[in-house]
Amino acid sequence: MGKRKYYQPETETMPVEEIKKLQSEKLVKQVQHVYEHVPYYKKLMDEKGVKPEDIQGIEDLYKLPFVSKSDLRDTYPYGLLGVDLSECVRIHSTSGTTGKRVIAYYTQNDLDLWSDCCARALVAAGVDKEDVVQVSYGYGLFTGGSGLHDGSHKVGSLTVPMSSGNTDRQMTFMQDLNVTCLCCTPSYAAYIAECFKEKGISPDRLTLKCGIFGAEPWTNEMRKTIEKGLGIKAYDIYGLTEISGPGVSFECSAQTGMHINEDHFLAEIIDPETGEVLPEGEKGELVFTCLDKEAFPLIRYRTRDICMLEREQCSCGRTFIKMKKPTGRSDDMMIIKGVNVFPRQIEAVLLKENYSENYQIEVSREGTTDIFDIYVELLPDQFDDTVKSISEREKKLKGAIKAMLGIVPNVHLVAPKTIARSEGKAVRVIDKRKLSD
Amino acid sequence: MAVKQLSVFLENKPGTLANLASILADAKINLKAMTVADTKDFGIARMIVDDTDKALVALSSAGQTAKVREVCGFKVPDEVGGLAKVLGILAENGLSVEYMYAIITSDSDTAHIVARVDDNEAADKVLLDNGIELLEF
Repeated sequence: MGKRKYYQPETETMPVEEIKKLQSEKLVKQVQHVYEHVPYYKKLMDEKGVKPEDIQGIEDLYKLPFVSKSDLRDTYPYGLLGVDLSECVRIHSTSGTTGKRVIAYYTQNDLDLWSDCCARALVAAGVDKEDVVQVSYGYGLFTGGSGLHDGSHKVGSLTVPMSSGNTDRQMTFMQDLNVTCLCCTPSYAAYIAECFKEKGISPDRLTLKCGIFGAEPWTNEMRKTIEKGLGIKAYDIYGLTEISGPGVSFECSAQTGMHINEDHFLAEIIDPETGEVLPEGEKGELVFTCLDKEAFPLIRYRTRDICMLEREQCSCGRTFIKMKKPTGRSDDMMIIKGVNVFPRQIEAVLLKENYSENYQIEVSREGTTDIFDIYVELLPDQFDDTVKSISEREKKLKGAIKAMLGIVPNVHLVAPKTIARSEGKAVRVIDKRKLSD
Repeated sequence: MAVKQLSVFLENKPGTLANLASILADAKINLKAMTVADTKDFGIARMIVDDTDKALVALSSAGQTAKVREVCGFKVPDEVGGLAKVLGILAENGLSVEYMYAIITSDSDTAHIVARVDDNEAADKVLLDNGIELLEF
């Protein structure tokens, strides 16, 4: 028997008109449900003067209010639950940090649909029952590990639940168990490839044939590096905890964008300034509405990711709309070493440690590794004439930032007024990485 | 009884030291000694000048991060073992030296040294007790 091309062929190749009809039906029900069961949504809709009966189909979507991360914070921890807490079976949480944490809830049905989405991504990458899938995303609160793990179970592949880290062991399992598919962040995949090279193990000695890499932005250039280094085809996957996790969209053999699982997630592109819906093919902020989610049913959730949607006839036969790789953010969030970083988090640490608010974050990339530098102006009274005292200050600040973000920056204390200012205002972030081609 | 030292935080890039020297020159400050400690990112210039207060005003108003602190200054006989003897006294009394450097002097019999020690008063006392002559600026 030949390999499967699709995990759920009827859905994945459904004619566009039928997808839209299905989305309309689900949207009407979902809106009705949240209006009746989630007081916060009722309040938002009432404020906007929109009633559930105003929503007759996806053409009415624009009438609904947006929700954003601040709504999730305002309603933390249970405020947006669409079902009774007793119906929920799991939570996941964003890689976020103090003050930014988002808790997403799942019913058993939510988990099933999410793992279906990941299974679709795996099958699209050429994975089937006979394959051995090594999941090297972190397990735990992070959605990466569980998402691909459960997806691999659904496909029926042998699942190796490695989680991240311990690269030597990763490499041993990959070779001993004839692993054929690797799932991890693109930067970790590139790192593993480098480690194989260092050990003199060439890609043709590996059984790997594909990889599914997500959770951080990566370029097509990086794709080439990984594909060459591991001797595989490398596929992108997109998702966010708020919406479910990886598998909101996934790449197919065409490798020209990620098919959004439109039967579950309704995507829009809006102008981030005005909130106006933009036509297909235009670049703007990506907004998702969860059509099937029970526990955490977000409606018009602003992802802050800037990208483009394109409905084209895909060579893979899928009819789902494609999203291009996000090219940036509509807020100031950066993803550094796979972690979401907001400049204001760093600012908060600096102020707490009594430094000035004159700082600069510089992110660059050496090979496939993010380099994270923070320059902070020393206040005159913090200056002492020994190298030791300044090095100790740097070390302490480094520790405080690590405690906040979970990643370690290089901290450089610099003389006052040495950080470049444009129109009197310091330039906070210099991102030298080329994240879009 | 101590010596006033001026220190300045410098960016580690070409021209910062030259700029520092020219600020002092413009303010008609004469340098008696200078040493620079450097790391990959920054440098610290430490100086003994003829008018510390005036120099501090000049540097601060030029936007430099400058600081005055007292260091221990003493004369060392210009002979073999001269420095070893003085440092030996400090060590025996449990005083640690963070850094030290020499000052230009017209005196041909002694070398003039300044040192940052962890306790200036204690250092002055033990040096005096052992017949070492102290410097004062």
